[in-house]
Amino acid sequence: MNEPGAIPAAAPLLSVRGLCKHFPVLSRGFRRPSSEWVKAVDNVNFDIAQGETLGLVGESGCGKTTTARCALRAIDPTAGEVFFRLPDGRVVDLARLSAGELKPVRRHVQMIFQDPVSSLNPRMTVRDIVGEPLVIHGLARGDELETRVAEVLARVGLKPEHRTRYPHAFSGGQRQRIGIARAIIMRPSLIVCDEATSALDVSVQAQVLDLLKELQREFRLTYLFVAHNLDVVRNFCDRVAVMRKGRIVELAPTPQIFAAPQHAYTRILLSAVPSPDPDVKMNFNVGEELAKLDAAE
Amino acid sequence: MATPASTNDGSAGTLSPWALIGRRFAHHRLAVASLYLLAVLYALALGAEFFAPYPRQWRDLTRAYCPPQLPQFSLRHGLHVPAMRAFVDPLTFKKSYIEDEGAPVKLGFFVKGAPYVFWGLLTWDRHFFGVKNTAAQRPDGRPVTFYFLGADKYGEDIFSRLIYGSRISLSVGLVSIAVTFLLGVTIGGISGYVGGATDTFIQRGIEVINAFPQIPLWLAFGAVLPADWSPLSTYFAITLVLSLLGWTGLARVVRGKILSLREEDYATAARLLGASHTRILFRHLLPGFASHIIVVLTMSVPAMILGETSLSFLQLGLRPPIVSWGVMLQDCLSIQTVENYPWLLMPVVMIVLTVLCFNFLGDGLRDAADPYSTR
Ligand SMILES: Nc1ncnc2c1ncn2[C@@H]1O[C@H](COP(=O)(O)OP(=O)(O)O)[C@@H](O)[C@H]1O
Ligand SMILES: [Mg+2]
Repeated sequence: MNEPGAIPAAAPLLSVRGLCKHFPVLSRGFRRPSSEWVKAVDNVNFDIAQGETLGLVGESGCGKTTTARCALRAIDPTAGEVFFRLPDGRVVDLARLSAGELKPVRRHVQMIFQDPVSSLNPRMTVRDIVGEPLVIHGLARGDELETRVAEVLARVGLKPEHRTRYPHAFSGGQRQRIGIARAIIMRPSLIVCDEATSALDVSVQAQVLDLLKELQREFRLTYLFVAHNLDVVRNFCDRVAVMRKGRIVELAPTPQIFAAPQHAYTRILLSAVPSPDPDVKMNFNVGEELAKLDAAE
Repeated sequence: MATPASTNDGSAGTLSPWALIGRRFAHHRLAVASLYLLAVLYALALGAEFFAPYPRQWRDLTRAYCPPQLPQFSLRHGLHVPAMRAFVDPLTFKKSYIEDEGAPVKLGFFVKGAPYVFWGLLTWDRHFFGVKNTAAQRPDGRPVTFYFLGADKYGEDIFSRLIYGSRISLSVGLVSIAVTFLLGVTIGGISGYVGGATDTFIQRGIEVINAFPQIPLWLAFGAVLPADWSPLSTYFAITLVLSLLGWTGLARVVRGKILSLREEDYATAARLLGASHTRILFRHLLPGFASHIIVVLTMSVPAMILGETSLSFLQLGLRPPIVSWGVMLQDCLSIQTVENYPWLLMPVVMIVLTVLCFNFLGDGLRDAADPYSTR
């Protein structure tokens, strides 16, 4: 029998242990006593194996983005460890590295953002945006930089002559492809997608998901895939972690989550997903049931 | 900005944000006109020796308070002004001038006049505009004169002095915005980027500076300014005082912009790529509001120009023999003088014109830089 939260057999690529992030609550008064805290992330544990896709699902505001950002050290976690295995086999704790030690590690972990508008600097050309990682890490310059940018643009389905354009000239789906190009140009091993497809139309969403799948096969990528509904993760993730109020309430392989959800919260989330089977009714009372769940605690 | 700007047009997508700002600015007629007018004013200031009909020190005491003489054109005399004869009212002793029947003063362009050294480089004696035959004499044996905008109490040419004065008055604005820029961007940048206690400390400091009453501060400053300082030192001291009070506005804009842009995903993305603080600040954050800095600086030039004028007018700033618009206005301290010789107020016209131009220019730049902003 498969233990739901079991550590994958091989040594994991990313291993998050007891991750916490608490934000101080600012009172409205003149003085700002920060004795109260929002526990945006509260003792979160999960592992991701090399080449695996782990879904992180939960309603808006449950702490998914904060978890993702803490894991990448975009923000400093309050407590916990984030063990990451480098390609040379060394394991580092991202949560503890100093800024100087962090820089070389950044090559191997990247992020794709939710908002295709805000994630690209409007004042830089596509060439500068996509080539920036190589410039920062001194991996390529001049003609080589130019070629690699053209290559990666072609790989994500954009035209190499788009290089001289600015982000405002692209549609949402194209911008997301630019963001993907920036994330993969250094050949990282782990990519965190924070609701990478939520802002896109359904048809574009499917194309971008297909692209991510292809890239995963081609470059042996590992994904932490954040989404706010279970619908998107069904065909995309190997395992799914369900998050609620800063905690992971259930972590299991995707088929198991859909076939036999253990936690009441997962069942409510599931009932909100439109089913391919027309006989299964969609649940329109999610709010009410969530309130009942809250009251029961 | 969310709508893709006509992707089928090929070139549209490759226009940089600066090029787009330029396009939008070109639609703002008043701002473009102001820009040209300012360019003319600054060109006049740069080439003052050439454009002014008379040298800076030139005066003809017998022609004090000569009224403005508008050039006329006739086939017989070409461009000319009628000769003037001084006339003292026997009752009021008021000096006035009447037109003389004698030979008119002929005028011309690119005339030979007093020699001058241009920017310490070349010596020349041509003036853009002035009396054609400088050897011509009046009945009393003095050379003929031409006061385009009238004369002051020493018989100095107001038009020439306006041009020489613009050198000081127009550059005061530029020099002090340079200092304002340095202080505002550095202090505001630190405040916004570092945040925390540093931010609070700087913000409270700015509030204290803004709460300072300006005029008493100027008075105090004027009192401590040593009278034996060279004109140049006084000039720089004045610009420094003006900018020491003026940087706070810019610092606030910079801080606010950094605070908001810091939260943009592309700043996070740059951080996750391993970019250094300098790179994030100068490559990602600053370009996002460089246009705002330009707007704020443009809008603050008038305050600097007005500051210089007020200080000099109140005799706390520049003093003769320096020529600036504020110094020229020192002649207008008595209402009686102004009533009798209204052309002494010409510097006011220039100041208003310049300030309006800068304001229109700033308006146009702001609309172009930030089309979604509401006032
Ligand atoms: N910088 C912050 N300061 C204070 N509270 C925050 C901050 N960022 C997130 N939060 C809070 O943490 C919780 C989780 O937010 P987030 O991780 O963005 O949720 P999700 O991505 O699942 O929608 C929310 O209640 C949010 O208000
Ligand atoms: Mg989120």
